[in-house]
Amino acid sequence: MNALLAAALPLAAEAPTSVSSVTRDANWFLENVWIIPLLPALSFLAILFFGKRMPKKGAEIGIAAVGLAFVLAIITGFAWLDHRDNFDGPLAESPATGIEPAQGDKLEDPTASHEGDDEHAIAVVSEDGTSSADSVALTADPVDDGHGEEGHAYVAVQNSTQWFQSGGIEFSAGTLVDGLSVMMLFVVTIISLLVHIYSTDYVGGDRRYTHYFAFLSLFTASMLFFVVSDNVLQMIVGWELVGVCSFALIGHWWEEKPNSDAALKAFLTNRVGDVGLLVGMITLFFAAGGGKTFDTLSITNTINQGGVSHTALVVAAAALMAAVMSKSGQFLLHTWLPDAMAGPTPVSALIHAATMVVAGIYMVARLYPVFWEGMQIPGSSINLLATVGAVTLVGAGLLAFVQTDIKKVLAYSTVSQLGYMAMALGVGAWTAAVFHLFTHAFLKANLFLGSGSVAHAVHSFDMKKDMGGMRKFMPQTYKTFIIGSVALAGVFPFAGFWSKDEILTGTGGWGILGGTGGPGTYTFHLAMGMIGAALTAAYMTRCVYLTFHGEYRGNDHAHDDAHADDHADDHADDHAHGDPHESGPRILYPLYILSGFSIVIGFVNFPPGIALIPDGWHERFLHFVEPAGASYFPGVGHGTPSYSLAIISSLVAFAGFGLAYRYYFVKVDNLAKSTGQHLTELPNGLVTTRGWARAGHKVLVEKYYLDHLYTGIIAGGTKGPIAKAANWTNQHLIDEVVDTAGRTAVKTGQQVYARIDQGVIEGVINGSGRISDATGEELRRINSGKVQNYAAILFAGAALLAGAFIILLAL
Amino acid sequence: MIGSILAAEFTDTEKWVVNSFWGVIAAVMIVAALRVVTTKNVVHAALWLVVVLAGVAIQFIFLGSEFVAVTQILVYIGAVVVLFLFGVMLTRASMGDDESVGEEKRTMAALVGVMLAVVMAVALVDTYGDDQLIIDEPQRVDEVSDAIFSQYIVPFEAVSVLLLAALIGAIVVARKD
Amino acid sequence: MILNQFLLLAAALFCIGVYGVLVRKNGMLVLMSVELILNAVNINLVAFGALTDDVGGEVFALFTIAVAAAEVGIGLAIVLLMYRNRRSIDLSEADLMKG
Repeated sequence: MNALLAAALPLAAEAPTSVSSVTRDANWFLENVWIIPLLPALSFLAILFFGKRMPKKGAEIGIAAVGLAFVLAIITGFAWLDHRDNFDGPLAESPATGIEPAQGDKLEDPTASHEGDDEHAIAVVSEDGTSSADSVALTADPVDDGHGEEGHAYVAVQNSTQWFQSGGIEFSAGTLVDGLSVMMLFVVTIISLLVHIYSTDYVGGDRRYTHYFAFLSLFTASMLFFVVSDNVLQMIVGWELVGVCSFALIGHWWEEKPNSDAALKAFLTNRVGDVGLLVGMITLFFAAGGGKTFDTLSITNTINQGGVSHTALVVAAAALMAAVMSKSGQFLLHTWLPDAMAGPTPVSALIHAATMVVAGIYMVARLYPVFWEGMQIPGSSINLLATVGAVTLVGAGLLAFVQTDIKKVLAYSTVSQLGYMAMALGVGAWTAAVFHLFTHAFLKANLFLGSGSVAHAVHSFDMKKDMGGMRKFMPQTYKTFIIGSVALAGVFPFAGFWSKDEILTGTGGWGILGGTGGPGTYTFHLAMGMIGAALTAAYMTRCVYLTFHGEYRGNDHAHDDAHADDHADDHADDHAHGDPHESGPRILYPLYILSGFSIVIGFVNFPPGIALIPDGWHERFLHFVEPAGASYFPGVGHGTPSYSLAIISSLVAFAGFGLAYRYYFVKVDNLAKSTGQHLTELPNGLVTTRGWARAGHKVLVEKYYLDHLYTGIIAGGTKGPIAKAANWTNQHLIDEVVDTAGRTAVKTGQQVYARIDQGVIEGVINGSGRISDATGEELRRINSGKVQNYAAILFAGAALLAGAFIILLAL
Repeated sequence: MIGSILAAEFTDTEKWVVNSFWGVIAAVMIVAALRVVTTKNVVHAALWLVVVLAGVAIQFIFLGSEFVAVTQILVYIGAVVVLFLFGVMLTRASMGDDESVGEEKRTMAALVGVMLAVVMAVALVDTYGDDQLIIDEPQRVDEVSDAIFSQYIVPFEAVSVLLLAALIGAIVVARKD
Repeated sequence: MILNQFLLLAAALFCIGVYGVLVRKNGMLVLMSVELILNAVNINLVAFGALTDDVGGEVFALFTIAVAAAEVGIGLAIVLLMYRNRRSIDLSEADLMKG
């Protein structure tokens, strides 16, 4: 580990360990990135207060704010590109020490030893003296090890201020900008902007239109806040905020019971993970933050320098895993995500596909040393994170086959792709995971918005009942959807190909395919990744066939608005029921833009060694995003890509596509044509003829019985016995005690009364008897339902206990 | 201010005067408190409550906490009691006799109260005996504020959020839909 | 002055408050009794603060006052709601929790 670090970090070798790869002194845009989340937050308030009075009901405020945030994110991105290659200003001391930033000489940068070193205290990126570095940035030939270190160390920009301090612990608030957060800023703002524009048409005329845009803004603000936060407390706040927005938007049409149920399910499932998040973050605070700081970078720095016990990291990593499993829909806790499709489709695209669900992935990427050390990623061949990811990848891919709802196919596809990302992080392919996050956001937003466009036309999400043959009615949507599907399936040269291939490379091992040199030898995960690639291609083929090919099935049955039609009643009858038609420009243009990205976005990270590509174009994404050599990032090794692996993975994906094509486009289509029926499956397919296939199909339709497990067995199993036990206690124990106490008190009173009736102290005893009697009566009627009686018992009990305590102490 | 009457170098006579003054206040408070819980008239109960609250403020001054005393008067007598009077008006509660409470219930409550009183008195006398309380100068307000805004900032923030929540909650609970 | 005179006074106020909470039928009067209890606690806090010469006692007395204000607000809202729903604020009629 240390050797790796030293190899990856030649510059920091002689620097004192307390110096982190952080600066507080950089380009204005990098320092003031807090403006970006602030804009949509203000827009949320503005829409809330003035939205209804605006001519466009508040949509324009949201679009303006997010648009401005997008522009700022782009500028920040360019500022980062410049900063990454040219920054040689002063570094900050490790935030844990709390010492003010030291001056420029801390950076032992061999190439930075040009004139003007003493001026670097203030400087950001001075125009003079960096021209040489500039040319490096533009023509950038990768260094032979492929790590893309071009003489300049990776320096994150932190700008934090003390929020308050209590009991010697400082609670700070601030922003942390590095390649990862800049990338997320870009992704979140652009997809949010497109979704805003798309929504003006899609939910147009909705009864809670303004409310909808307010929450879109709040969601965008929370996600951006989460992304730029520089300490784990702030991350928790952002994490919970996006959860709340997700809850509100899934339940947007809460009048229908399934929708509000889905919102509740999402919220409650996420609570399970949130507990893990809290435990994990607190563990980190004490183990790595020394009980003093929540600062992300000092925590990761400390861990990276080996100053934290392995046990603590295992606990933290395992607890954080629970959070990842719930928020990022990993297997066992993924069940909320398909149900979350009850929300409006643009919301599904923004929140449940492109941005919020990757919060877990982002968190792992941000706190990577925790998992790197805690899960023992390097040099291993199996670990929890990678295995959960691999299981999710294949399990959800299989589930996508049995869905009839187009959005659920995409939802399971999302779960499956998130599995890819988690697996990539688990096998140590950090950049591949983040890159897949990046490309997947565009493709999946493209696919979701495309499915929304179709659903908008036919007023349904049911592929089997209401779709089919949509290609004729919606040629533009069809084209964009095809591009998205092909890109998701990982066909060369679309975006998904590059990122998926990089993940497969990152698993390492498996010498036949030439994929060597990763941090470990994860052969099992490579195999799962291959299966996942085949599954992805196959279920997308099925989805495309059922939606766009064959004959239109929407007129097969009377068009009753009651089924699965989540916005028909808002649209009155402005669509004549009949043949569906293409959507309007506000829906199509976002689709064009996203499908454009789906084609080209993979080009930002060409693997090294492709001869046809100019040298400077290799691994740009890796260079700008991966904090290689930064003191807060472990020295991840990279697998060497090979043509053979790329070809084999493409063949595997093609095989999946071919099988599905043969089944749907050839067999089902031919049969449908020859019989003249509207078929979606073969009547004599495997599922109907073979017992094992039927059983497997049943398991998939029942979603591996996970929902039964949770609601029936776990919830039911605990709820029932607890209720029963409580009832029994109430019936037998408490009643018995109370009755006995009451009876005894009465008896005592009577006895006392009878015996000393004529005694000298008659009055006193009489009174006490009567009090006992009264108490007895009261106790007997204890279940009166009157709060005051309960309070009386409470106080009496407290007094008795305190009295007993005093007597015990006195003895 | 009045806090200075607590200066330690009192003569015995002066101490006696202070102590009997304290005793009178305490007696008035106990009587007023008893009237709060026994009077049949809601408005009278509120007014007796004012007496108790003012007595508590005087106790704070005896203890050298002038700031808390002032806050007590401002918040309790100024706001809380007025709220009570508003509540009385809004609920049009009977200004006259409260319906008679059953003898049985009275006995039970008195029993509980006396039990508590005995337990507490025994415990207090046993623990603190006649520990002297030396208050040579009143607590400075700046010390209080410094403590609130540094050491106790988290509870302070929590209380602010609680107040906000109570504000919203009260509106939600009481508004007419 | 001795510490116990304050503490015993507070204890007396507390017990009177408890008696009021238990015996009163009128919701408003119950709230007033709760105020008595809170004030008793405040006296204790300040007295112990003075004993240990710690400012914390006073700070928490202030917090208690703030919380009490919130409590009265919510309590009165509940009493109002109860009045509106049942035309009565007699707590002995409120027995929906009856088992």
